[in-house]
Order: sequence, then C-alpha cells, then structure tokens
Amino acid sequence: MFHFGGASCNNCDIEILACLTPRFDVERFGMQLVGTIRHADVLLVNGSINQKDKVRLLELYEQAPKPILVVAIGACGCTGGIFAEGNTFAGPVDKIIPVDAYIPGCPPKPEAIIAGIVKLLHK
Amino acid sequence: MYKDLLYYLIFPGFIFISVAGAFLSWFDRKITAWVQFRKGPPVLQPFYDFFKLLLVKETILPAGGSRLTFLMAPVFALAGASVSGILIMLPALGLKSGFSGDIIVIFYMLAIPSVTYMIGALAAGNPMASVGASREMKLIISYELTFLLIVAAIILKADMSIKVQDIILAQVEKGPFIGSLSGILLFVAFVFCMQAKLGLVPFDMAEAETEITHGSFIEYSGTAYAFIRLTKYMMLFILPAFLCIILLGGFRTDGIHLLWTVMKMIGVVLLITLIRNTNPRVRIDQAMRFFFIWMNLLVIAAIVLIYFGL
Repeated sequence: MFHFGGASCNNCDIEILACLTPRFDVERFGMQLVGTIRHADVLLVNGSINQKDKVRLLELYEQAPKPILVVAIGACGCTGGIFAEGNTFAGPVDKIIPVDAYIPGCPPKPEAIIAGIVKLLHK
Repeated sequence: MYKDLLYYLIFPGFIFISVAGAFLSWFDRKITAWVQFRKGPPVLQPFYDFFKLLLVKETILPAGGSRLTFLMAPVFALAGASVSGILIMLPALGLKSGFSGDIIVIFYMLAIPSVTYMIGALAAGNPMASVGASREMKLIISYELTFLLIVAAIILKADMSIKVQDIILAQVEKGPFIGSLSGILLFVAFVFCMQAKLGLVPFDMAEAETEITHGSFIEYSGTAYAFIRLTKYMMLFILPAFLCIILLGGFRTDGIHLLWTVMKMIGVVLLITLIRNTNPRVRIDQAMRFFFIWMNLLVIAAIVLIYFGL
C-alpha cells in the first residue's frame, strides 16, 4: 500500500493514517504502508489532482510494478469535489490513470476506507 | 545420494528453513501488533506476500544500473543463507556430523546476504540505494568484528574445537554455555549482532523506511524482491538457531525435548522482536561506536573470563 497525497486538505490523509492505528488496524488483512512504490500493490490517491500533481502521479504509476490497484479516496479523488471547476484542476484520478475502487466521502470514515479495501481483497 | 538431496532441499534444508522462517516472520509481525495494541496479520500472510511477489508482480530493472549484478545479488544472498542454514541444521539435529572447521564456514556464509544486499543496492543506480549501501557497509564493518570475537570466544570455551558438533557435545557434557558469567556476556553481544545482521531496529539504518525509503531495497520489485524476502525469512530462522547451538545447548528432538527446542527458538525471536519495538533507530556513527567500543569490550571481557575458567 503506497499513499500518494495530491493537493489535499489533509483530512483524507489523516483518515488514512487512522486506518493504520490500533483502533482500525488494516494489518489484520495483511496490509502495511510501504516506503517505495516498487514494493506496493495498492496506490492510494487522495486530494484534487492539479496540473503539477498530474505529472508526478503519471510518473509514479509508470514506476509501479504491475498489476497494481489504484484506489481514489475522498470526494476530490473520485470526482474533483469542490475543486472540479478550478483553473489548475487536471481532472479526477480516473481521467489520468485507471482506478479500481472509489471511496467517496469528505472525508470518508476509516470504516468506509476499510470496506473499500476489503472489497479489493476479493478481486 | 538421494538422502543427501533430501537433507539439502527439504528437511532440514531449504524448504524447512523457509517455512519455519516465514512462520517466525509472522510471529514477529504479530508480536509487534500486540505491543502496539493491534490485532496483527493472519498466519499465512508471509506466504501470501512471498508467492504474490514471486508469481504475480512485475520485475522492473533499473535503466541506469548494472542489470546482471542487480538480478544476481538476491540469488547469491539466498544461496549464502541456505548453505549456512544447512551447515547449522545438520549437526544441530544430529543428522550428519559436519566437518572440522565448519563453524568458520558458517561465519563466512552468514556474512554473504548482507554483502550481496550491498552489491545489489550499488548496482541499482539509485541515490537512496547508494546511501543504504554505504550504511550497510559501515554496519558490516562494525558488527563483523564483534561477531568474529564471539565465535572465537565460543571456540575457546569449547576447548579449541572448531566443529559445530563438538561445540554441542561440549555443552551436553558441561551444561549450556549461557550458564556461566562469560556466556551471559556473549549472549548479550550476540543478540545485538543478530539485530544488526537482520537489519532490525535499532540497527535498521540501511533500510530505514522513513528517511531513505527502504534504502538498499528501494529498486527491487517482483521476483527479485521475493528472493530478498525469502532470504530475510531464512535469516530470521538461521541466526536464532545458531545462537541456540553455540550458547543455549543445541537442539534435541526426542519426546518432550522437542517442545523445549521450539520454546528456545520462539523465546529468542520474542526477545529480538521486543528489542526492535522498544528502541529508536540510532545513527550509523552511533552504531559503529556502540559495536567498536562497547560490544568488543564486552566480548573481550568474556574471553578473559573464559581464560580464567568462569
């Protein structure tokens, strides 16, 4: 699991971190946060993606060993949210790279994130 | 002939060590989770991780590095780990007597995985990997001397025998070496060396996730990374087994002693897991000073004590 934060308001980031803490603990399902994209199986993308993020996100996706699952987290990642009509907005995540799961919410609760990730486990 | 192949490949060689090591790696993660009041992963998680990396994931080669060296390094690491494992396990279980001087061969074989990680990292052509490799090199320089002194002390304690079986027999006669003052000092030094050899906190600066993002292993993916994971599982079994043989009186597999053997292994792994969960990562210069001054002094004190028969 590798975490890519776009131009986020940090709320989704904090909810993702909450998933790793004792109360929610996604390691129950064998998931760990890794430091490099080469070791990752899941790419978490949150926040609105602007022009500068888009280049980096594409680069990261090309560096990832396939098959990799991409999860768009939060309203901004799924649709663009309140930034959808902004100048620098480069499209929601699925316009840039293929997305396997959408977890909507602003921010999504940790329960929702876990529910989304567990659905991917059965894929 | 067939029996030898069976020994080397299945029990107690390659496959047995890998499975036991994978189990110990699950144990390590589970204890870590319990220490942090979490639930922890399922038992089969190390196997899922390994087969996913081996069979499913893509292996990416670095564009700016030496590809052959990059790919061969994990293979040599795996070879070094499995050879040392077999040389340790055959005399430990009493299946074969080994040869004179095999403890020295084991010492060199145990150094191979760390050295090949370093070579692989330097072949990756990634700046973070070079930082990791340089730290790994400094770490090897610092702990290998202590490790060699420990082996020398054990040889002295076992009346100058350089054969693993004779060392075990000496402990059967006189009781495990840890029962003496010098044995306790050697145990402490060995546990810290083991921590550094396995790359666990407080000596994980070569693969620090949070500062140099897995350092030496940053470019590895797919099958090559699966080999590295397998080597790590095996080392997590081999080093505690080596500790049990040279200090804790070896293994016995008859009757109730089998339980005692398993308890020894799990106890040692529990100890290193607790150390790794309750300590911060030290800087490389602090680690070098720690090994060069304090650990070497400790082992030399143990050697002096052995000389006086304590």
